[in-house]
Amino acid sequence: METRFDVAVIGGGVVGCAIARELTKYRLTVALLEKECDVALGTSGRNSGVSHAGFYVPTGTFKAKLNIEGHEMMPPFCKELGVPYLPVGKIVTAKEEEEREYLYKLKATGEKNGCKKLRIIDDKEIKRLEPNINGIEALHSPTTSILDPFLLTIALAENAHRNGARVILNTQVTEIDQTSDGFRIVSNNGNYTAGIVINSAGLYSDKIAAMVGIDDYKIYPCRGEYHILDKNKRNLINGAVYPVPPKELGGLGIHLTPTTDGNIMLGPSAEYLPEADDYGNTADVMDKLFMESFEFLPKISRKDIIKSFSGIRPKLIAAGSKAPADFILEESRKVPGFINLIGIESPGLTGAPAIAKRVAAMVKEIRGGLAENGAFDPVEKPKIRFAELSHREKSDLIKKDPNYGVIVCRCQTVTKKEVMDALNNPFCARSIYSVSKRCRATLGRCQGGFCAPKIIEIMEELYHPKTSDMNYSGKGSELFTGKKEGVE
Amino acid sequence: MITKSVDVAIVGGGPAGLSAALSAKKNGAGNVLIIERGENLGGILNQCIHEGFGIETFGEALSGPEYMQRFIDEIEAHSIPYMLNSMVLEVTKEHRLLVASKVGLIEINAKSIVLCMGCRERTRGQICTPGTRPAGIYTAGAAQNFINLKGYRIGERIVILGSGDIGLIMARRLTLEGAKVLAVAELMPYSGGLPRNMAQCLHDYEIPLYLSHTITQIHGNKRVEAITLAQVDERFKPIAGTEKKIECDTLLLSVGLIPENELTRNAGIAIDEVTGGAIIDERMQTSVPGIFACGNVLHVHDVVDYVSMEGDKAGKDAALYSLGKAKKEGTIKVRNGPGIRYVLPQLLSGDEDVLLSLRVIAPARNIKIALIDGSKLVKTVMKPRVNPAEMIQIKVKKSELAGCKEIIVTLQNGK
Repeated sequence: METRFDVAVIGGGVVGCAIARELTKYRLTVALLEKECDVALGTSGRNSGVSHAGFYVPTGTFKAKLNIEGHEMMPPFCKELGVPYLPVGKIVTAKEEEEREYLYKLKATGEKNGCKKLRIIDDKEIKRLEPNINGIEALHSPTTSILDPFLLTIALAENAHRNGARVILNTQVTEIDQTSDGFRIVSNNGNYTAGIVINSAGLYSDKIAAMVGIDDYKIYPCRGEYHILDKNKRNLINGAVYPVPPKELGGLGIHLTPTTDGNIMLGPSAEYLPEADDYGNTADVMDKLFMESFEFLPKISRKDIIKSFSGIRPKLIAAGSKAPADFILEESRKVPGFINLIGIESPGLTGAPAIAKRVAAMVKEIRGGLAENGAFDPVEKPKIRFAELSHREKSDLIKKDPNYGVIVCRCQTVTKKEVMDALNNPFCARSIYSVSKRCRATLGRCQGGFCAPKIIEIMEELYHPKTSDMNYSGKGSELFTGKKEGVE
Repeated sequence: MITKSVDVAIVGGGPAGLSAALSAKKNGAGNVLIIERGENLGGILNQCIHEGFGIETFGEALSGPEYMQRFIDEIEAHSIPYMLNSMVLEVTKEHRLLVASKVGLIEINAKSIVLCMGCRERTRGQICTPGTRPAGIYTAGAAQNFINLKGYRIGERIVILGSGDIGLIMARRLTLEGAKVLAVAELMPYSGGLPRNMAQCLHDYEIPLYLSHTITQIHGNKRVEAITLAQVDERFKPIAGTEKKIECDTLLLSVGLIPENELTRNAGIAIDEVTGGAIIDERMQTSVPGIFACGNVLHVHDVVDYVSMEGDKAGKDAALYSLGKAKKEGTIKVRNGPGIRYVLPQLLSGDEDVLLSLRVIAPARNIKIALIDGSKLVKTVMKPRVNPAEMIQIKVKKSELAGCKEIIVTLQNGK
């Protein structure tokens, strides 16, 4: 007997998780299907982590509406989900005369879209806001904010789970059949049936749509590479610092973005790929990212780079195309009950809360009404960050649980208790990835050199995993090829 | 919060820390306390199960744990107290330490402090190796921990980048454990490890060493599937056409060590940008009076015996400081000239004989190391061969330092 759900959401990115959680506000059975070992492993965890004010997006588009709505919703949204959200502001900086014009255009677009508090600032004001940045004029957006995209996605999934949704990981959908009462979903990990399917599969959303015969879409993967700098450079900028984007490329130009965890990210680049699965970094781009950032911020050095990574944008337009590409957000006309979310690239993270509301409205319409779930609890407790607490609070925590007194990750000051809490997540997602994104261990300057062995020890102590079950990010990414007998 | 006071606080219970603690005790310090983050005293040597430690100190080649046990036994014999599983979160200029431990958050006020935190490994991120980020990429030290302390097999077909000592030792270790080490690649035209390790770890096992090579690509989405190796030119840029793809499941990185000085920096102590450690005088005292540093937190050593010797020196002067017998501060500057990467200490008082520690930039034969102060030649030392992997020590007598203001150490042709 296949498990039946009222709604199945395909894709555990920030949008899919926000939708699943939004749907738990109603009396519905909801499943979230994710092919990876945890949520946020795709585009949602591989971006600048910015809640955009909404001045880049063309007026009148879905992108613009959802961006503005999402940005308004984001502060209380993050607050109730216990996710770090910092309104650090942003400047888009002109370095040359001919770039000034762009700032005014951007401001006009933003104001038409409904952005608040945008202002043009001169070089003196740039220096006041960002003493280490050179520019002749800038657009200042004080409401632009940074957030932790991993924690947001994880909190949404965990909250959806607590409110009754089933989050099913390691499950790749391979086939979807239409049935008399909805859909039959075939996967590598069991089959399910659902009345409504929501295709929130990001880079693979075109392929999921094609499974029910919707061949209208094609995703063009466009990779962006980043560098992450050591925390000891965090104070070089206060908010996000963006350039006037280069005309020939898509994207917003290589920018400097602080993270809520206290690093600076440099990037991203923009490069179209033939396939959607190449999360590599390339020598030329790595060099270019550093050089362009160095022009902005001469106080950085290559030695400050602690890690490089890349993300892939699910674009609906091919390289070089000038065609406008708006978010696709609709119930398929061909296949009733099948809701497509396609081309949700930037500002998809910002738009996620607003997208979730709209999708819930579509579900309501399809079903001819929805009854509220009176037991819905929107609140997730923020994860404890020992490193960020006062001496008093640290002291009190250790008294409560001595495992707070054991530092596992020395670079980020993450305690044993925080690692244990990360491992004890409701999905039993226990890869190194799952631990690191929940508690930040392994993400510091030694990149897990010291704490990875300690995390393995904690895993052994907590639940005696099989050697073959210890992995970096799910099946296939095993850490070890064996273990000696008799070694404790 | 718990508060306590000690005379000498030792941050770190590895080779430098234990040696400093013993020396402090022997030189009259009353209350010495070792604060160690690990579960045992001994630091990184606990996982260094190969032999070769202690040739200078004990005249025999011991394993890492054996070498440390000799110090631990002495610590116990002197009843020097130590805290385990205790992490120093903060050190202040005023000699206050904040320590996290299972019993609580502890504030320790110390008359003097010796910093002995050791070093960490440079990572793939810092050398900007292109490619994907799969499982199977380990720093050599982390791999050593997994294999030697936990019994895990980290992989079967291994490529090692970097020919530093840990990389060489791990090449042998992995071979003995039954894995196949396919290549050791080194960016420089010469090995970064000690000659004895080259012989005993690579040559004896016929492991190929590729000098002037680097890894230009890591392949594989989930676990490492292959790497691309390429030759580099004299500016360390990969040469097109020399790429060679090697199928493997593991990449081990032995690409350098970095003194771990976050506590030091946050205490406002001046750092030497070349060594990555504190600027010190001949008593191992940093720019903050009463705070001393020794061992790999100061500069990365090749041989542990020298770490112990530095600890001995630092412990002694930390004891004297705690007893109110602080000596004159250093006024003679010492710095590196052509051919020399760095020289320690950077400041000398001129009141006593000193031992300078230095490293050269590149290997050379039949050279002369000259200590020059203005137009005056302070001292020269002839060397048949020098190697960046090997630390050089030069004794300078008090009499030779008379009248010196700034000594520049340079490498010159010996003929």
